[in-house]
Amino acid sequence: MTDASSAPRNQWLDVWLQFKSHKGALVGGIVFALIVLTVFVGPWIWTIDPTHVEIRARNKPPSLSYPFGTDQLGRDMLARMMAGGRVSISVGLTAMALAITLGSSVGLLAGYFKRLDWPLMRLTEVFQSLPLLPLLLVMVTLFREPLAGAFGPEKGTFILIVGAIGVTSWMATARIVRGSVLALKEREFVLAARSIGTSDHKMILRHILPNVVSPIMVSATLGIAAAIITESALSFLGLGFPPDFPTWGRLLYDAVDYMQQYPSRVMWPGIAISLTVLSVNYLGDGLRDALDPRIRGR
Amino acid sequence: MKLKTLMLGAVAAAAMAPAAFAERGSDGHVNVIYWQAPSILNPYLSGGTKDLDASALVIEPLGRYDQDGTMIPYLAETIPTLDNGGVSADLKTITWKLKSGLLWSDGSPVTSADVVFTGEYCMHPEGGCAQLAKFEGVEKIEAVDDLTIKVSFKEAKPNPYGPFMGAQAPIIQKAQFAECLGAKAPECTTANFGPIGTGAFRVTDFRPNDVISYEANPNYRDASKPAFATMTLKGGGDATAAARSVMETGEFDLAWNLQLAPDVLANMAKGGKGEARSGFGSLVERIMVNMTNADPSLPEGERSTAKHPHPFLSDANVRKAMSMAIDRPLLVEIGYGQAGRPTCDLVPAPAIYISGRTECMTQDIAGANKILDDAGYARGSDGIRSTKEGVRMKVLYQTSTNAVRQDFQALIKQWWEEIGIEVELRNISASVFFGGDPGSPDTFQKFYADVQMYANNFDGTDPEAYMAAQTCDKAPRPESQWQGENISRICIPEYDAKVAELGKTGDLAQRAELVKELNNMVTNDSHMIIPLVDRGRVTGVSNTLGGYILNTWDSELWNAADWYRIK
Repeated sequence: MTDASSAPRNQWLDVWLQFKSHKGALVGGIVFALIVLTVFVGPWIWTIDPTHVEIRARNKPPSLSYPFGTDQLGRDMLARMMAGGRVSISVGLTAMALAITLGSSVGLLAGYFKRLDWPLMRLTEVFQSLPLLPLLLVMVTLFREPLAGAFGPEKGTFILIVGAIGVTSWMATARIVRGSVLALKEREFVLAARSIGTSDHKMILRHILPNVVSPIMVSATLGIAAAIITESALSFLGLGFPPDFPTWGRLLYDAVDYMQQYPSRVMWPGIAISLTVLSVNYLGDGLRDALDPRIRGR
Repeated sequence: MKLKTLMLGAVAAAAMAPAAFAERGSDGHVNVIYWQAPSILNPYLSGGTKDLDASALVIEPLGRYDQDGTMIPYLAETIPTLDNGGVSADLKTITWKLKSGLLWSDGSPVTSADVVFTGEYCMHPEGGCAQLAKFEGVEKIEAVDDLTIKVSFKEAKPNPYGPFMGAQAPIIQKAQFAECLGAKAPECTTANFGPIGTGAFRVTDFRPNDVISYEANPNYRDASKPAFATMTLKGGGDATAAARSVMETGEFDLAWNLQLAPDVLANMAKGGKGEARSGFGSLVERIMVNMTNADPSLPEGERSTAKHPHPFLSDANVRKAMSMAIDRPLLVEIGYGQAGRPTCDLVPAPAIYISGRTECMTQDIAGANKILDDAGYARGSDGIRSTKEGVRMKVLYQTSTNAVRQDFQALIKQWWEEIGIEVELRNISASVFFGGDPGSPDTFQKFYADVQMYANNFDGTDPEAYMAAQTCDKAPRPESQWQGENISRICIPEYDAKVAELGKTGDLAQRAELVKELNNMVTNDSHMIIPLVDRGRVTGVSNTLGGYILNTWDSELWNAADWYRIK
């Protein structure tokens, strides 16, 4: 008690203490970290090539040499799961980063500058009213070939999918950020900063942005989950990456035909997608509580 | 008294019931599922089997091939032959006689003018008729009288059954298509989507790439047929769902082309609602090698045309090595089981036309590597070869979206990479790939890739038209609205000459020799077409659908008039 009143408390310590008290978030965070670690570090340890066809080892059940079994062409499922996860999670993180950057910028500008508010918010509404999946399909048809030509098929598709998901999922963030900025703008500390001549540029970066980090963080975690699911949907439709390039969605799609004979092949990618999305959602939930000063400490 | 009459009537009606079995429309509704959705009902504007089959219910040729490959008359009275005088002794003309009293589904009479018009329609110089090969060598088609049509050929035509025979050359109504000649053909949407026909069914509603509703044609020539009053042909989905819907859930009566892994199919048959039937015909799963350059940096309209030969696939050594690297028996084992046989030939049947070459059956990676080494394609630091000009040997390998084809892609990619050819895979939704839309960059005719894999066959038992489809002038290109069946853009003058010779040869043994030579010219000797698997057609048939006969020589829905419900 005395410590608390005497020494200034570290804000991030408070955040951590609050976060820690949310059991779901803690477990979610650990699970997500484990998944990320497995898919990114795993291939250094488990060095089987995920696209290598080992024709004599088709449809093998889980064993020591193939912990997750093999698929109908004898490709190692564990290696494929890790390679798939690397793509799916990279797509999720990158698309989220793009969406958050776009959404926060639009939200900040719209909330802070009155004359930008109307056009930016109408733009947001236009984007919000576009149906996502058909739009993605059109983008894939239009841009796949030029991008694949410029960056190679895998990188090209990666850019395309990340770009497509990014530019179609920033709208919610923009609205939330704008709302918070509008409220912040009228607060006394902003008025005080303005009265000593703080420029708009400094005002946004020093005073507004740090105060809207909480909603941005929350959108970010939810965005990762949404992006992973969208990528899975595209792969499931056969429109994502090239067919030999494993992603969780593609693995799921390939396994559907064998659902009855080899149910485990659908379950592994299914569980991985669900687990990632669920853990990220819990993580976001906990972060929101931890980053909101009004909830924190209660 | 009244009650008695009624009861007597009821008894009489009950007694009559078995006789009523053969009444038109007495068996209600039949559901057919095609996992590639038909996009047009005019076979002259589309090479796709799905479109051919969907239109075969409505429009009919003068004669069809039955399940044994025998010709049987449909709209014609008899099949004209040399013996009955229908084919002239010099083999230059064939005279068809229509059955009398035939009506179109709109009630107007079928006349020789319609047949003559059909020929004009397909042979119009501005129109890119997809079935032009059927009219190879035709000089003129004339109406002798209202029911008689005389087809004259430029030269003696030993197989005069190209025009108006089989699913690819049905008769269309002159009144409906009169305004749709030449370049205007694709614009006649109403006619192309709802042709008036003579078949057992007529179209009531056509939704491109989705569902077609049919009803029994009230003017069908056999008053007791078809037994089904209505038919739904549902398109789209995938082969797995289609197989399931017939064999496990019983929602559909017929599922076409179940290209599924053998163990998957066997497992579904345990559902007990239907069975998978297979029959071998001339269907060959093959890799078409693009002889022209499909580089995206080339201007639109020049990509994949004869203007730009392929930087390395135009070299026979490369193609030979690619063919040698493939283990065909393994492909069959993985993808088809009982429903496939490895083959080196484009013409796998009938028996007299089989070349008998089998050197492609054994995989030889080392040999393939040697050929490429000797030809001067050196490997780079990453193991991928490049040409002497420094072009990296990388191929884009495309096919339709289908589990078996994707497995084949993965396997063949691995083999080709072992011989130092980098492979990029691509799969395209079947309805787009086979859709034939000249505006889409993803059709198999456009062939904006280096190699592509699909299956094709010929109808009837004579491969002449099929061989003639690979001549130089039949390459899809902008001027032909990207129609044509010479997908590989093969252009060998001797081949074209041999095709012309085949057109003049009457003796069956000599014809067989020529076909074998032609077959080897594009496959075993030059590998411009790399055959993989002789595929049986696998169709899922419900246990309650009677009368269906699997026909590999004509449209699969050829005898829809004879189908009935097993009660």
